[in-house]
Amino acid sequence: MIYWELFLAFFIPNIVGYGGGPAIIPLIENEVVGHYGWMTSQQFAETLALGNTLPSPIATKMAGYIGYEVGGIGGSLIASFATVAPSLLLMLAALGTLYRYRDSIKVKSMSQWVRPVIMVLMAYLTWSFLSEGVASAGWIHTAIIGIAAALMLWRFRLHPVWAVLLGLVYGGLLLG
Amino acid sequence: MPTRSVHTQGQLFLAFLRIGLLGFGGGPSMIPLVHAEAVTRHAWMNDEEFGDVLAIGNTLPGPIATKMAGYIGYRVGGVVGCINAVLAVILPCIVAMVLLLGLFTRYRDQRWIQGMSEGVMPVVMIMMAQLTWDFWQKSRAALGWIATLVMGLVAGGLIYWLDVHPGLVIAAILIAALLRPDRSRRARTEADG
Repeated sequence: MIYWELFLAFFIPNIVGYGGGPAIIPLIENEVVGHYGWMTSQQFAETLALGNTLPSPIATKMAGYIGYEVGGIGGSLIASFATVAPSLLLMLAALGTLYRYRDSIKVKSMSQWVRPVIMVLMAYLTWSFLSEGVASAGWIHTAIIGIAAALMLWRFRLHPVWAVLLGLVYGGLLLG
Repeated sequence: MPTRSVHTQGQLFLAFLRIGLLGFGGGPSMIPLVHAEAVTRHAWMNDEEFGDVLAIGNTLPGPIATKMAGYIGYRVGGVVGCINAVLAVILPCIVAMVLLLGLFTRYRDQRWIQGMSEGVMPVVMIMMAQLTWDFWQKSRAALGWIATLVMGLVAGGLIYWLDVHPGLVIAAILIAALLRPDRSRRARTEADG
């Protein structure tokens, strides 16, 4: 049962998640935190923070780790399989057909029309991380870390690993 | 032949291991690395084929890096090659996640670990804000800001107010895109051109 739930929790976001790995994040959060309650919002944020400091696709890292947390190695395999296999099998099976439609306006519309929805899901997730942060660390610390991280990522274009390290060190020293 | 196929599988594994370990920044940032291995280094396909596979991969949902790995692995080494290449891309970092976060969870009751967890929350919030902004920019460029705003508000209302599953909202949009009449295709192409 848990394996089936894990499969669905990762199959659905990946089969509707047009726009690559990051588009899938809010959809996974919706399943893992919202629907099944396997993780708190804070645990999800930790996973995402660490995931962003490591290489390789974000969607499979999230699936492999959350699958492991929920259902051990079997769970990790199921969640990774649900992330990778459906679109890969489709690609292997229907390569010729897909090739003919690769420039079709319909296919382009699919990924374009989905973007505003993903944007709203991401905005909502941003908001819930913000309110979660304010609730646990207070708004002064949240503002200091947030502004510092924004400067590092947006202004100085540093790798996310530095922003995550900043958050960890600041939190370990001042919020513990 | 068996030695040769073992050799090929080994090459596939190492190629996609390198791609997985060097691919900081997620799937799309890995595409040039895939190109370097599959076209430049091993000549498993030429430039044109690579472009085609990439274009086809982009017509499907899900992460692009594993689609590329699986397809190239299949072409070079059959079903075993497919599984081999996908695992080489995803496995090392999943193991790293499990080990690092496992360590983190074990000491969760330590106050300073709790502090670290709280300190990282605003950073993730900023990353998510960045992604939101990226999607707003891309969407505005393709659809215009009015359509983006209206679609976003309608979708937000359905999902957060009426509690419709986001997967259903997106599925409905995908179907609408597939059913869109072909006539607008020519009109659109002319308008764009």
